[in-house]
Amino acid sequence: MKRFLLFLPLLVAVVIGVVLFAGIGRDPTKLESALIGKPVPEFSLPDLHNPDAMLDQSLFRGRVTLLNVWGTWCPACRDEHDDLIWLAEEKGVTIIGLNYKDNREDALVWLDRLGDPYRDIIYDPRGTLGFDLGVYGAPETFVIDAGGIVRYRHVGVINEAVWEQALQPVINELQGNG
Amino acid sequence: MPRIVFLALAVLISGVAAAEVADVYDFGDRAQEQRYQNLIAELRCPKCQNQNIADSSAPIARDMRDEVYRMMKDGAGNDEIVEALVGRFGEFVRYKPEFDSRTFLLWATPVIGVFGGLLAVAVVIIRSRRRAGAENPALSAEEKARVARMLAEKEQDGTS
Repeated sequence: MKRFLLFLPLLVAVVIGVVLFAGIGRDPTKLESALIGKPVPEFSLPDLHNPDAMLDQSLFRGRVTLLNVWGTWCPACRDEHDDLIWLAEEKGVTIIGLNYKDNREDALVWLDRLGDPYRDIIYDPRGTLGFDLGVYGAPETFVIDAGGIVRYRHVGVINEAVWEQALQPVINELQGNG
Repeated sequence: MPRIVFLALAVLISGVAAAEVADVYDFGDRAQEQRYQNLIAELRCPKCQNQNIADSSAPIARDMRDEVYRMMKDGAGNDEIVEALVGRFGEFVRYKPEFDSRTFLLWATPVIGVFGGLLAVAVVIIRSRRRAGAENPALSAEEKARVARMLAEKEQDGTS
């Protein structure tokens, strides 16, 4: 018993060490979305290309989609744009854009110059849908299943590595089950 | 002369600094405004972490303050407002997390620490008492009588 007590401080130190070590390397700025497992919030917002057409959450029905939140004011969105085009063209991924807190003219010029990887683009100049989605910084990308349920969120730039390690496995699983 | 320029600059800049943080919200009475201040002080900004939305100047914190204000105007209760934001941004935005199975340790650690410490102190005290007791066992009746005799003799010696 006495011997055991002598080792107690060592034991406590090891336990604390293991707990703290597990936290190393985690990025605390990447939060898990509160919407995982929940449907895309209801919305009614205009189409970026066509101001008279209104889009709503039924946009996400029928197939697995990526919802990409972007704006022309966001430098990291420029960074990932070519990778989004690569995903849409080479990988056949359906990407829906959420043009977030932006203005229409700038967004159209951007798409004209850089190409358009999006099947549809929701125009959200006041950021209302972004707010309901819990978007706290563009770019953010959500994986949404064929039933319109949010399955995954990636905060930050999309590139080949993120696609292979994070998004593709989720999408494959959803398509396998669906 | 440079001094006057400096002063003028300082005055100008301070105006800008003050204007940046001021949101203009209109509350009916003082109590509502206080309630609003308390709410935004205990909600955490998801973008500039470790700041509450009262202090943060991030656009998302501004949106969250707007939402708090809007919901208050609609007559929502404090819990309802906090739940609405947690539903969008996750538990992260709560500076005071709910007490449940996940946050149990977070809330209970100080109590466990204090009781653990008290327990350790109690054990140490009891043990040292017991040891002291073993070294100085109580006197038997015979020994007590002897002590009384010795003391009595000493007293006699002192008086004579």
